[in-house]
Amino acid sequence: MAPLVKGCSVAESTGFTRRHFLTVATLVTGGAGVVATAVPFVSSFNPSARAQALGGPVQFDISKLERGALAKIEWRGRPIYIVHRTAEMLASLGKDEAMLRDPSSKESAQPTYATNEHRSLRPEFLVLEGVCTHLGCAPLPRFEVAPADLGPSWPGGFFCPCHGSRFDLAGRVFQGVPAPLNLPVPAYRFVNDNTLLIGSDTGNS
Amino acid sequence: MASGEADVLDRLGSGLRALGAWIDDRFPMTKLIKEHATEYYAAKNFNVWYGFGVIATFVLVLQLVTGIFLTMNYKPASADAFASVEYIMRDVNWGWLIRYLHSTGASAFFIVVYLHMFRGLLYGSYKKPRELVWIIGMFIYLCLMAEGFFGYLLPWGNMSYWGAQVIVSLFGSIPVVGNGLSEWIRGDFFISDITLNRFFAFHVIAVPLMLVLLVVVHIMALHEVGSNNPDGIEIKEHKGPDGKPIDGVAFHPYHTSKDLVIIVVFLIAFAAVVFFAPDMGGYFLEHANFEPANQLQTPPEIAPVWYFTPFYAMLRASAEQAPRRRAHGLCRAAAVLSLPWLDRCRVSRSGIAVACTRSR
Repeated sequence: MAPLVKGCSVAESTGFTRRHFLTVATLVTGGAGVVATAVPFVSSFNPSARAQALGGPVQFDISKLERGALAKIEWRGRPIYIVHRTAEMLASLGKDEAMLRDPSSKESAQPTYATNEHRSLRPEFLVLEGVCTHLGCAPLPRFEVAPADLGPSWPGGFFCPCHGSRFDLAGRVFQGVPAPLNLPVPAYRFVNDNTLLIGSDTGNS
Repeated sequence: MASGEADVLDRLGSGLRALGAWIDDRFPMTKLIKEHATEYYAAKNFNVWYGFGVIATFVLVLQLVTGIFLTMNYKPASADAFASVEYIMRDVNWGWLIRYLHSTGASAFFIVVYLHMFRGLLYGSYKKPRELVWIIGMFIYLCLMAEGFFGYLLPWGNMSYWGAQVIVSLFGSIPVVGNGLSEWIRGDFFISDITLNRFFAFHVIAVPLMLVLLVVVHIMALHEVGSNNPDGIEIKEHKGPDGKPIDGVAFHPYHTSKDLVIIVVFLIAFAAVVFFAPDMGGYFLEHANFEPANQLQTPPEIAPVWYFTPFYAMLRASAEQAPRRRAHGLCRAAAVLSLPWLDRCRVSRSGIAVACTRSR
């Protein structure tokens, strides 16, 4: 197509510039119409009002969770891991820091009240999203120390079956694995001594 | 009596000819048949490697037909999907056969397409003037991978669920837009009923439409330039006094009758898998997929379905290596797409690139 400016400056015939003006105007208007029409179609792909409304906080009774045991519950379609850690498990956290990528959780996602050495409100109760920070699989709990398949330096923790990422008993990621960050900690609080509320943390300091 | 029959046949024949002429005045029927079959000349020295294109077309039709019949009993909802597949397998008349044809067809499609591409690499089928045939073929391969990925979620088994989780999360690792993009793809904050519903739409209509369209374009581009052949002779450059290539024969009936034999041989192997090993020891149908999706439990033995295995190693790279691996992967994709311009050797005469002299 000849440039519009050339037609205008020459202006040999009014029809020539008029034709170009109409062509460009039609293209611009039509293009804007196509873009505007695309908006509702593209936007219909985003989470619907119903999908957004689901996912309020969930409760969990921790009184029946034995020391050393893990409970899995669902919150917003995600697995949430609750671990009642033993004294030995907590003690292992101080010893494995040399093997970790982000031992003090500086880059990882957790509420401020879980940004500490045990990554939790109460040291013995670990609450994590069971969502590998690599590609979203649910890491498997592997709490035994130094099993044959994970090697002699394994302090107990989580192993992702998808691509082999490793996390310790505070959900902190090891070096040299695909996952870049520690397992996220969701917002949570204790409603009373025995009841954990996941998805809401109003009242925590 | 005999003359009466001949008379009827005569009149039938002239009636059909008249109908053909009537259509030809309004639609280029005879012209299309001539251009793409009876007067489309292809080299007479094709070997068996040149049969995989026609097998791929056959498998495409098989997948479309079995797929249509599966949709008649399948329910694209997270609460019903797994049970509806079991229903197809157990209660629908011949449902097991239709589903096994479709699931085996998916793996067969990849085997055949990989061999088809290997033929292209072996004999330099991507070289001038066939660059576009290669590039369109690469887009078909992309569509095929998308089709396989969307279809894999539909049975809503546990491997379906976590496979989709991994691949959609892959988009989440794109800087800045990643998180919003993976949410946009899922339509939810996790792989859910909503995701299943839209993957169904992609699998049964959006991607197949694109696939069929691309295959038509692929064949049109091929027929414009013509197939190459194992000896690398351009048949269009050597024409007889009648203007027809002397090294070629008409696609129909000569190549079509050969192709029928090839399809029969393929079907023997295909049927052996469908009837005796439809899960192929866990490669075609993975064992963890016989359990319904469980969003709290990744299968301990998770691995991608075999045709995605080449990409699996890239995902296992550590976070320190990941940017390098990603760049590496993109470079490889770019290299495959631009292969017609990277490989400047002459078409080899023996199937094995011998002398690599610059032709341009």
